[in-house]
Amino acid sequence: MEEKKFLEGGGEGISRRDFIKTGLAGAAAVGLAGMPLDALAQKAKPEALEFKPEKGAVLRVLRWSVFVKSDQEFWDKNTKKWEEATGCKVITEYISWEDVRSKAAMTASVGAGHDIVLGWHDDPHLYPDKLVDVTDLATYLDKKYGGWEPVCLKYGIHPRTNRWICLPVGAPSMCMNYRISWMKEAGYEKFPDKIPEFIKLSKALKAKGRPTGHAMGKAVGDGNNTWHWWLWSFGGKVVESDGATLCLNKQETWDALEASKELYDTMIPGVASWLDPHNNKAFLAGEISLTGNGISIYYAAKEKFPDIAADMDHANMPVGPFGKPAELHLFNEAFIFRHCRVQQAAKHYLLYMFEEPQYGPWIEAMRGYVTPSLKDYKKLPVWTADPKHTPFRDTIGRMLWTGYAGPVGTPSAATMAEYVIVDMFNDVCVGGKSPKAAAAAAQDRAARYYKPRAPKAPAKAKEEPKPKEKK
Amino acid sequence: MRISENIAIQPGKRPGRRWRWSGLLEDRTVMGMAFVAPAVGLLLLFLAYPLILGIWLGFTDTVVGGTGEFIGLANYISLLNDALFWKVTYYTFLYTGAAVFFKLLLGFALAIVLNREFRAKGFVRAIVLLPWIIPTVLSAICFWWLYDTTFSGITWVLMKIGLIGHKIDYLGDPSNARIALIVANVWRGIPFFTIGLLAGLQTINPSLYEAASIDGAGGWHRFRHVTLPLISPLLAVVTTFSTIWTFADFQLIWVITKGGPANATHLYGTLSFQRAIPGGQFGEGAAISAFILPVLMISVWVCYKYMRREE
Repeated sequence: MEEKKFLEGGGEGISRRDFIKTGLAGAAAVGLAGMPLDALAQKAKPEALEFKPEKGAVLRVLRWSVFVKSDQEFWDKNTKKWEEATGCKVITEYISWEDVRSKAAMTASVGAGHDIVLGWHDDPHLYPDKLVDVTDLATYLDKKYGGWEPVCLKYGIHPRTNRWICLPVGAPSMCMNYRISWMKEAGYEKFPDKIPEFIKLSKALKAKGRPTGHAMGKAVGDGNNTWHWWLWSFGGKVVESDGATLCLNKQETWDALEASKELYDTMIPGVASWLDPHNNKAFLAGEISLTGNGISIYYAAKEKFPDIAADMDHANMPVGPFGKPAELHLFNEAFIFRHCRVQQAAKHYLLYMFEEPQYGPWIEAMRGYVTPSLKDYKKLPVWTADPKHTPFRDTIGRMLWTGYAGPVGTPSAATMAEYVIVDMFNDVCVGGKSPKAAAAAAQDRAARYYKPRAPKAPAKAKEEPKPKEKK
Repeated sequence: MRISENIAIQPGKRPGRRWRWSGLLEDRTVMGMAFVAPAVGLLLLFLAYPLILGIWLGFTDTVVGGTGEFIGLANYISLLNDALFWKVTYYTFLYTGAAVFFKLLLGFALAIVLNREFRAKGFVRAIVLLPWIIPTVLSAICFWWLYDTTFSGITWVLMKIGLIGHKIDYLGDPSNARIALIVANVWRGIPFFTIGLLAGLQTINPSLYEAASIDGAGGWHRFRHVTLPLISPLLAVVTTFSTIWTFADFQLIWVITKGGPANATHLYGTLSFQRAIPGGQFGEGAAISAFILPVLMISVWVCYKYMRREE
């Protein structure tokens, strides 16, 4: 029920039961006499899904460079095991996570290059026709590992075809990072789970000389995540579920903007220019008491500033007037390009990497940096071994998707790349614009992508240049 | 007879061929074209083709992964109606104008100082080149640290010596951010002017200064009536090159602010990249790039004119 409600936002959403049905059909079609993956996995499985990797296949994989060192160690180790089991070869290229989108876009445009990409957010929805249908894999994994987290359906399934075009890998997610002793100094025993209380805590911290700090510059991860969460938590959104009706310039957005001024007043100077690394540094230097970030601050503190590590904790992002969690986190998914000549091997490899003997230790090795997309992986010891990890376990279940409440696609990608939401808050908090003016300007900017200018052109083309061209 | 026939026939054929090939080999025009052809081919392939493709894309609605269709001037009309585009246009011209002006002023002054005789002249000249030699990304990262509100070394020094009592928000305030980036660009670009103009200053015949001094000219008059006229063609060329590079700047901005805060420091180059690559709007990104072209064309024309005059 909850998942269905979740999907209602998407307009063209389907229930999970639907995709399982379609997925089983796909699985049956692909099931060939080949190497059973169950032989590689330790767990018993409902339906065997078999692929036959092409002999001597060479796979070129593009993925983000590591957030934590052990990520690459385990990924490479798993890859090597797969190479030994199949006799195939994998060439993995690691690049900065922010550069994956542009490189994958080039691969898609040229129709050559990497076979598998681990991309971000809307990437697969920018070129869905160039990707291999992975409904069979998604269905298999869904059944075997307790089901996908709800947001995965939004990112994984193409709304036009209702087929899976990628496999959600997980979310390097964000929680509130705070100093325990300073929170207590400010009169709070427990971190607030509602936004009004959260603002009060921020004000109390500031009054005690412990300012907060949230990225408000062009921070791809922290900036976008923080301010989308804030907007959605007040019930604001860029577009309705039809993906065409813009609805940013509304009361909910104005309320969010008004409240953001209160939060901004509790922040340290300079946040308007903060990129992703700034809040990490400021928190570790003891300059700020509270910030939205991944688990990276905690691990840096454990290594270099044990006192801070002992005195800090994490909490899920508080809930606003919207009434339920409405978070945004980085979201990673794996997809196979159609130009891949060894698609059986590609599918086999991906499935192998998602199976528990590989995926489990890999997630464990990342020490909470990436929240898994399949529910059974929430049971991994990493989420409870240190109670400070636990809030990160639940983040993916609390998140919405880029372009909420519309579909994921080119307009949502362009709107986020343009930092429309972050800039809107910046305009009010730093630029001194009124909430209504800032919301109107932001809606105009979003309209550039949700209402493409191409349809206008034919009207003008009628009166215009063709005769001139003939001359 | 046979021999003579052969002789009669062969000279008729062979000299003809020889004449053709040797004629071609000796033809200066043909040989010139042949030697230039590889370079022209490379220029066409790696410069002209991307340029034309970029211009074409600006007339299409191409998005990432799609082919796109011709939409005429729709991208350009849309940009002209985009408030952000005008904000970016304003800063692109301000950035270029202010940075080139200060680079010229300070670079020229430094060149005049370095043109004098002093100890360790060679060493100092080499040091002056450093900002130019360091990769832009590295110097941008240094400035990124220096401009960090919380950890800025500049702020720390100013606070230690008691000149200020609070931290400076270099990049969070739109006006400060704009100035800060111009300063970074000036720092990086001064050596180009200094070294270029220093080379020009050294070609001025000292006897001209001596003659001017005998005629009673002071320092200012010697500069105004001897140095400036002789150096002005080089000055124009150096300024033109700097204008081209500054106008099309990307790295410094992208590393330090990515165009923020609130888009106050975007240039055409950064906005074009933001919309084309992360945003996936290839057509619109290409259209923004096309706005750089007129300024570059004018700059190239000015440069060409002065180079011809020098000849």
